[in-house]
Amino acid sequence: MRVPISWLKEFVDIEVPVEELAHRLTMAGLEVGEVITTGGWENCFVGHVERVEPHPNAQRLTLCAVATGAGVQQVVCGAPNVAAGQKIAFARVGATLIDGRTGRPSRLKAAKIRGVVSEGMICSEKELGLGEDHDGILTLPQDAPVGTPLDDYMGDQALDLEPTPNRADWLSVLGVAYEAAALTGARAREPEALYPEEGLPISAHISVSIQDPDLCPRYTASLIKGIAVGPSPRWLRERLERCGVRPINNVVDVTNYVMLEYGQPLHAFDYETLLKGRILVRRAYTGETMETLDGVVRALDSSHLVIADDRDARALGGIVGGMDSGISEGTTDVLLESASFNPANNRQTAQAFRLRTEATARFEKGLRPGLTAPALRRATQLIHQVAGGTVAKGIVDVYPGRREPEAILLTSARMKKVLGVGYPREQVEEVLDALGFRSQREGDSDLRVTPPYWRSDVTIEDDLVEEAARIIGYDAIPTQMMATPLPALERQEMRDFREEARDLLVRSGLQEVISYSAVSLDALREAGAAGDGAGLLKVANPMSREYQYMRPTLRASLLQTLASNLARQTESVGIFEIGRVYLKRPKGLPEEPETAAGLLYGPRAKEGWLGDAGHYDFYDAKGVVEAALEQMGAAASFQPGADDFFHPGKTASITVNGAAVGVVGEVHPVVQERFQIDGGPVAFFEMRLDRLLAALPQGKRPLKSLARYPSSIRDISILVDSDVPAAKVQAVIEGRPLVERAVLFDAYEGKEAPPGRVSLAYRIYFQAANRTLSSEEVNRDLAKVVRLLEREAGASLRGGETTAG
Amino acid sequence: MTSQNLARTIEQAREAALEELRGLTGEEGLEEWRVRYLGRRGRLTAALRSLGTLAQEERRVVGAQANQAKALLEESLAQARRRVRESRIAGLAQEERIDVTRPGRPVAMGRFHPLTRILREICDAFESMGFQVVEGPEVEWDRYNFEMLNIPRDHPARDMWNTLWIDQEDDEGRQSMLLRTHTSPMQARTMERVKPPVRVIVPGKCYRYEATDATHEWHFYQVEGLAVDEGITLANLKGTLYEFARRLFGAERKVRFRCDYFPFVEPGVEMAIDCFACEGAGCRICREAGWIEILGAGMVHPKVLEGVGYDPAVHTGFAFGMGPERIAMLKYGIEDIRLFYSNDLRFLRQF
Ligand SMILES: [Zn+2]
Repeated sequence: MRVPISWLKEFVDIEVPVEELAHRLTMAGLEVGEVITTGGWENCFVGHVERVEPHPNAQRLTLCAVATGAGVQQVVCGAPNVAAGQKIAFARVGATLIDGRTGRPSRLKAAKIRGVVSEGMICSEKELGLGEDHDGILTLPQDAPVGTPLDDYMGDQALDLEPTPNRADWLSVLGVAYEAAALTGARAREPEALYPEEGLPISAHISVSIQDPDLCPRYTASLIKGIAVGPSPRWLRERLERCGVRPINNVVDVTNYVMLEYGQPLHAFDYETLLKGRILVRRAYTGETMETLDGVVRALDSSHLVIADDRDARALGGIVGGMDSGISEGTTDVLLESASFNPANNRQTAQAFRLRTEATARFEKGLRPGLTAPALRRATQLIHQVAGGTVAKGIVDVYPGRREPEAILLTSARMKKVLGVGYPREQVEEVLDALGFRSQREGDSDLRVTPPYWRSDVTIEDDLVEEAARIIGYDAIPTQMMATPLPALERQEMRDFREEARDLLVRSGLQEVISYSAVSLDALREAGAAGDGAGLLKVANPMSREYQYMRPTLRASLLQTLASNLARQTESVGIFEIGRVYLKRPKGLPEEPETAAGLLYGPRAKEGWLGDAGHYDFYDAKGVVEAALEQMGAAASFQPGADDFFHPGKTASITVNGAAVGVVGEVHPVVQERFQIDGGPVAFFEMRLDRLLAALPQGKRPLKSLARYPSSIRDISILVDSDVPAAKVQAVIEGRPLVERAVLFDAYEGKEAPPGRVSLAYRIYFQAANRTLSSEEVNRDLAKVVRLLEREAGASLRGGETTAG
Repeated sequence: MTSQNLARTIEQAREAALEELRGLTGEEGLEEWRVRYLGRRGRLTAALRSLGTLAQEERRVVGAQANQAKALLEESLAQARRRVRESRIAGLAQEERIDVTRPGRPVAMGRFHPLTRILREICDAFESMGFQVVEGPEVEWDRYNFEMLNIPRDHPARDMWNTLWIDQEDDEGRQSMLLRTHTSPMQARTMERVKPPVRVIVPGKCYRYEATDATHEWHFYQVEGLAVDEGITLANLKGTLYEFARRLFGAERKVRFRCDYFPFVEPGVEMAIDCFACEGAGCRICREAGWIEILGAGMVHPKVLEGVGYDPAVHTGFAFGMGPERIAMLKYGIEDIRLFYSNDLRFLRQF
């Protein structure tokens, strides 16, 4: 919404600089995006063309004598429309104008044109930056005072406003005028709409009835007969253009003008096209159609409100007119409509037909029925003024939805309770009065307040509190910390745990990433996580196919992240993400469990002089998982797993206290190929944090007492069948009461080992809580360990080097 | 062996040992020397062992000589060790020099996503003012996302939140499940669950159907705050948010509160801080305004309070919401919001 200052000043005297006004409006809630200046025409004046003579050396040029208030100056002019007696915009040497050909500003220099000196220039619209017209010069009204600087005569500034959706009145010059008045201590006034009425009363020409008052509480209309449709006068066109509205013809221009002025959209019918002079405001019939002004035939139903004549729908109420009932060049009689429509219905219909217009932008916000009549009178006056004709006596005013405005009680106690500060009643009265509210004193400190007819947003006491607070200014409200009691503390276990997990994964050297929560079906398919698609949570209107499904896993996101970084020539990647996955439920909201996943890919160490540290593999991912779980106090077990996403021989399910909490493995070569990741394995883990948290032992972890007696160390090396898991061997060893722990320090499978067997070497720490173990005791127990291993794991002793410890 | 022979042998061993010792410069040489002369099978030890073959008188004389020799060698050895050690230490700079300009062994250093850092910073600031962090569902009902926030269907304010809908119909055949457009649904969810006093902060992901560019994302985080009790005022809103701005952006920051509109608050507030890049003079970052808008806020609308069963005549409260991406962009000088979710490691590794 653009509001020219010149227009605003018709209704309020503005005594502060425009920049200051813009600032105050912004602070009070009406953001001024920009102050747009028309003008800045230094060295330009209103001139009078005294004589026009042919140029001696050029057929198309003329020599003009221009009175400028400071003598008469000779100008060589090329415009075909220049004529003696015209008032024009004269630019002296030194003026900066828009070059007609390049469109860029350039400085006017004294010049000889075909041998004759030109002391200035008569400007076109385009040269003054007013429009695109460059075919001829701009002519000014005859009453333009010669010698007046052009800036003073026709310069202007406009406020480019960004109104909030609650304030339909801010979509009008008058609404902004009341706002400006309250913010500058002035009083706003409304235009007078006086015009002569002639002949029969309007009821002799037209009858209006409203069938659906819930959709149209009030309908007003006037009739102007014998008008001449044509272009609007300059002032009207100029105003519209400065507000960014394209002029069409005088009748339509007036309806737009009054919409900008009052905020009330109007519609002009060609009265002759309305059958039997009857208007019926009704819901459309099922199956009814209407061709709208844009040439589209619309299929209507009973959810749409139409303005019909005796037979057909002639307009979609408050949205758009019909093709053949509008104003045309030949129109002589105009029926002017100013009505009130149901905002929700208006919005639904406009959205359904994709017909959102300047009118619906106002109707959908809810215009008060009180606005219809003043706007109608103003528009009638202006049509009469610019298009002639005679106005029928009176107006049509059908008002079945009449509701007297309710006064709202504003107490000083409420003001203080909400704002934390009170204002003197006089000050509040002053603010409300300037805004156009009527208020009556009640009791010692309260007010009974009636909002003005153009305000639809003020319905409760707190709305009035805001009016006072924002006009007096939020700066006047103190800045205070809360002194109220603290709520009882509720532990957020899941969040605390999730943040702990985030810390742990960062500490294990991984980079945190955050990806979009939605992914493409293709990506899910490639990750083997799409199923048949039916179990996925689908976005009905996604940004693009790329983000059509809420992710049920972090797998696709992380592989995509890896692939995109590899494409950027990153060599080594260690990343993790903690985020929600979205699991559809047959009814109700989906489950959104917090999930942690990560991957390691590429060389373990950056390239460098210290040599090759090898490529990340399964055991790196498992190491991260083990470290994190240990830190959380979870005793985890890993069993060979089956999951199509993973390499069938290199994946393990992660179990904590009997609950499956996740998977770790190397990504299946086929999956890797689909994401175009080559050059080595991707070690990957994924864990459901909700399940993990539930499986963790409750309560404080008991502290282990520190050993008081030294441990003894023995190393053994055994051979077992290749399919015997190391975890089993470990469990057998650690099952002995004197064994404090055992560490696998070598594993070998290959030439040196017998076929089908693997060599495992363990360092075993023997320890007792209450004494130092003797060498004999330790050796006896070691022998038992070996016997158990033979029996339970099919192990054979390969060597036993013992180390005293 | 005669006593003379033995004495000579000891004498020779002693002289040879001392002679040899003078030429030794390394720890290893000294140890070998010790084994050769003083070890179990060393020359002097062998000589001492032979003492047993002598008569008692001779043994006493030669024995004394042998013990003297042994003491002398041990003392010399100790001296030589000190000498060698001192010269080694004196020569460390030369002998054991490494090229300290080569890069060190790489350590895998994990890093947080910049948004994690900023979210923690924001939550910490409010937690220290007695707010508790709560979280809610990202896939929401229209009811919580809009209706309970005083935004009925067909309300023009819905244009402020272009919504991504879930392709699933409710019992009435309507699309009523959506991706929350803000974290504000947790206002209603929290108040439905607990009675005042309420003081919560809600971080979380939100979604809007919005074309993306350098300052707009369809997928983003928001942090919502809500404080409700008897006696909470707009002055408290100002106090709390001013304190927050100081903690996050520095004690010298100025704040500005202006009126703004959100359907679920009344009065509505927008808070801006003075631009730290230009100190309020106007620059590219603040779009020449001198001020940077960082959050929307207001007093909780009486209809919202009524909707959850609170009595607005008794309880008042304030709510606010902010975009952590925007705050991170300001704090870290990030110029394109899309960097947050593109996961370009070259970007993430800078935090
Ligand atoms: Zn700045």
